[in-house]
Amino acid sequence: MLDLVWLIPAFPLVGFAVLLVAGRRLGEPNAGWVATVAMFGSFAATIGVVVDLLSRDEHHRRSVTTLFSWVPAGDLSVDVGFLADPLSLTMCLFITGVGALIHLYSIGYMHGDAGFGRFFTYLNLFAFSMLVLVLADNMLFTFLGWEGVGACSYLLISFWFTDPANASAGKKAFVTNRIGDWGVIVAMCMTFFTFGSLSYVEVLDATDAGQVAESTATFIAVMLFVGAIGKSAQFPLYLWLPDAMAGPTPVSALIHAATMVTSGIYLLTRVNPIIADAAAWVPSLIAWVGVGTALFAATIAMAQTDIKKVLAYSTVSQLGYMFLAVGCGAYVPAIFHMVTHAFFKALLFLGSGSVIHGMDGDQDLRHYGGLRKWMPVTASTFIIGWLAIAGVPPFAAFWSKDEILAYAWNESPALWAVGLVTAVLTAFYMTRQVVLTFFGRHRYADARPDEVDAAWDARLAGVAADLEAATAAVDEAGAGLEAAVATRTGAETAHASAIEAARTATSGGSTDEAADPEALAEAVLAAEDAVAAADTAVGAAEESLAVARSSRAVAAADQAVVVAVAGERDGVPALALDSAPDTDDIADHLPEAVAARADHHPHESPWTMTLPLVVLAILSVVGGLMQLPFAPSLKFLEQWLEPSLFGNEVHLGLGAGMLWVLAAVAVAGGLVGIAVAVAAYERGRIDHRVFEQPLLADAWTIDRKVGDFMGGPGRAGFEATTTFDERVVDGAVNGVGSLVRHLAGVLRRFQNGLVRTYAAGAAIGAVALLLWFLSRASW
Amino acid sequence: MEVTVAWYLTLGAVLFTLGAVGLLVRRNPLVMFMCVELMLNAVNLTFVSLGDALGDLSGQVSVFFVLVVAAAEIVVGLGIVVAIMRRRAGATADDLSVLRG
Repeated sequence: MLDLVWLIPAFPLVGFAVLLVAGRRLGEPNAGWVATVAMFGSFAATIGVVVDLLSRDEHHRRSVTTLFSWVPAGDLSVDVGFLADPLSLTMCLFITGVGALIHLYSIGYMHGDAGFGRFFTYLNLFAFSMLVLVLADNMLFTFLGWEGVGACSYLLISFWFTDPANASAGKKAFVTNRIGDWGVIVAMCMTFFTFGSLSYVEVLDATDAGQVAESTATFIAVMLFVGAIGKSAQFPLYLWLPDAMAGPTPVSALIHAATMVTSGIYLLTRVNPIIADAAAWVPSLIAWVGVGTALFAATIAMAQTDIKKVLAYSTVSQLGYMFLAVGCGAYVPAIFHMVTHAFFKALLFLGSGSVIHGMDGDQDLRHYGGLRKWMPVTASTFIIGWLAIAGVPPFAAFWSKDEILAYAWNESPALWAVGLVTAVLTAFYMTRQVVLTFFGRHRYADARPDEVDAAWDARLAGVAADLEAATAAVDEAGAGLEAAVATRTGAETAHASAIEAARTATSGGSTDEAADPEALAEAVLAAEDAVAAADTAVGAAEESLAVARSSRAVAAADQAVVVAVAGERDGVPALALDSAPDTDDIADHLPEAVAARADHHPHESPWTMTLPLVVLAILSVVGGLMQLPFAPSLKFLEQWLEPSLFGNEVHLGLGAGMLWVLAAVAVAGGLVGIAVAVAAYERGRIDHRVFEQPLLADAWTIDRKVGDFMGGPGRAGFEATTTFDERVVDGAVNGVGSLVRHLAGVLRRFQNGLVRTYAAGAAIGAVALLLWFLSRASW
Repeated sequence: MEVTVAWYLTLGAVLFTLGAVGLLVRRNPLVMFMCVELMLNAVNLTFVSLGDALGDLSGQVSVFFVLVVAAAEIVVGLGIVVAIMRRRAGATADDLSVLRG
């Protein structure tokens, strides 16, 4: 079976080929089943190889199977070969095992996606590349897998590429990883110059035999470390991982938590003899970068509101623990934690995917709450993952994290202290996430701050408009009154003149024939009526003015009340833990989306999604059995990995009592973190805003500043490089071209097409050669 | 007077020179071909005589190669000449300079 080790990557490769050709035709869900079956086949092959290797003697558990020669170039000869040893097979076991579960989960998660077949094509290609990475027997073949997983990571992060944000997140991951890849390439060149080979067996055996100078080993180790921090998202190259959450959640679980991001730790563990031969500051550098990143990322995770971002920073933090372990020479705990992390972090990511699935794509923790009622399986498995990562015994990560902390103490108490603080923060932010998601009040239907603010604005605008209308009505009524008064004045004048005219007529002063007394009397009477009517109109106008005034007063009072209430109302908290924001005053102004959300009910996911959750939850509980610290005979992982470590594993010089104390302190720290988070988010005893500092939510502004720099001075630098490339590099190339062309223009005159001229040239040349030979002949 | 190898070599040299001069001074393509043949056979003569004189069979063997190459060359060359003559009767070698650079 050992000779069949190539079957392990062959299964996903075949799956990839089938899906590439027929993925679209297979459609949903068959394409997913093809990919999943390929992964289970690969898992079965891995088990077969492991069983065969276990049947061997401990010192012969290393087997190289060469398929063919890949790059035979002079001294450089690289084969396509697979190195089956305990380290590579441990990686294969969890890559294929967890990978198969995640493939199964994806069938449910990607349901209804237009790119269903494409997704599984990429996923199988990724699995193939990852297996090549860990199984390769030389650095170049590893690098092929290294680049392959990078490309698949890019393709899957920007899987929903129609959104520009996703597309640029993929690019960010790819470009950031290029920096790390540069380190790997340089390390590879240096390895070849030093050893004349890239094969792990030759290089590591030679290094183990002490055939390499300390400076060379230091250089190679540092360059590989640069590659490792790129791929494994350590400071300062971690920037891409949080953005990588733009991809579908199974991708985050498989690539950006369980497998690809651990390849940096795998690479460093693989070359452990080189690190052992390097200067003493190299392991310290690795340990401090690791533990620093762990703490740094944990502080950021405390204040994130996106469920996946919390897990992304948590992953960066946990990878930091693994680097800490590698730096302390604790390779077994590093791999141990890598495996348990693959279990519980894949579980947490898949659980968060299930939550997102049930919440119709909403990823904001502030909108969840109380989900355990609707999603019992997701909630209970997620809680197991939470207890595991928080370091609660006897869950898997308690054992692995505890062992790393013990080795850190062994190396330096300062490393241990930072690691312990990180453990407390880890327990805190994970508890926060679990409480906000599964416990407390269901907050989905709450009116959100922006909606409430908009509604209040609408209400204020409404009362202001009312007041304005009332004022306009008062003005109108005033104008009406004025007009009525003017009409009355006119009527009185007309009345007076009618009386005057009548008086003049009766006094006999007039000789006018037309001055009929009766008509005059009628005119006076009519004028009197008009005056009376005008009087009535004035009275009515006065009345309506009074009405308008009073309604303006009412409107003004209304507005004053609303303004006062609006001014006095508390801003809506971003996270309303205790009760929904009070929206009684603005119920008419809220957008329809709020009511629509009230009708939404979260739902549990289908069995294809919950089954992997259950399996991973079981693994997260029992994972610690791999490596129990109580007796050497219980350290199965250590015994198993020993042949791959060349005896470079540091031996813990601590007594059992000290280990118990360290474990107790770590557990107490975890419990403190949990207790504080419960007090803040479940019981409301502590104001949670204390923990959610804007600086932390903004990830210490580093991401933004790097972005600003790259957009400003960085861009200018790139443009200068472009100019240099266009002018100097291209100039040199084009210059050679035009030089040759001009020279040819001169030389072509000799080719006149006359065959006899050529013959003459040949004859003259022959004669000249003859003369030259004759002149050199010794007679 | 004994005919030594030097006689054959001299004859070969004379024939070669005749061929070379003829190739350079004549303009008729057919005659030029004949001159080339003359040069080749002058060389053949030299091969054969020296092979005999030195008792080395490889001189004789080389002649076969030369004959084969000459035959091939004539086949191709005459084909080209005939094709050209069909289009342009009476063309000389100096008229055929379309490959001028």
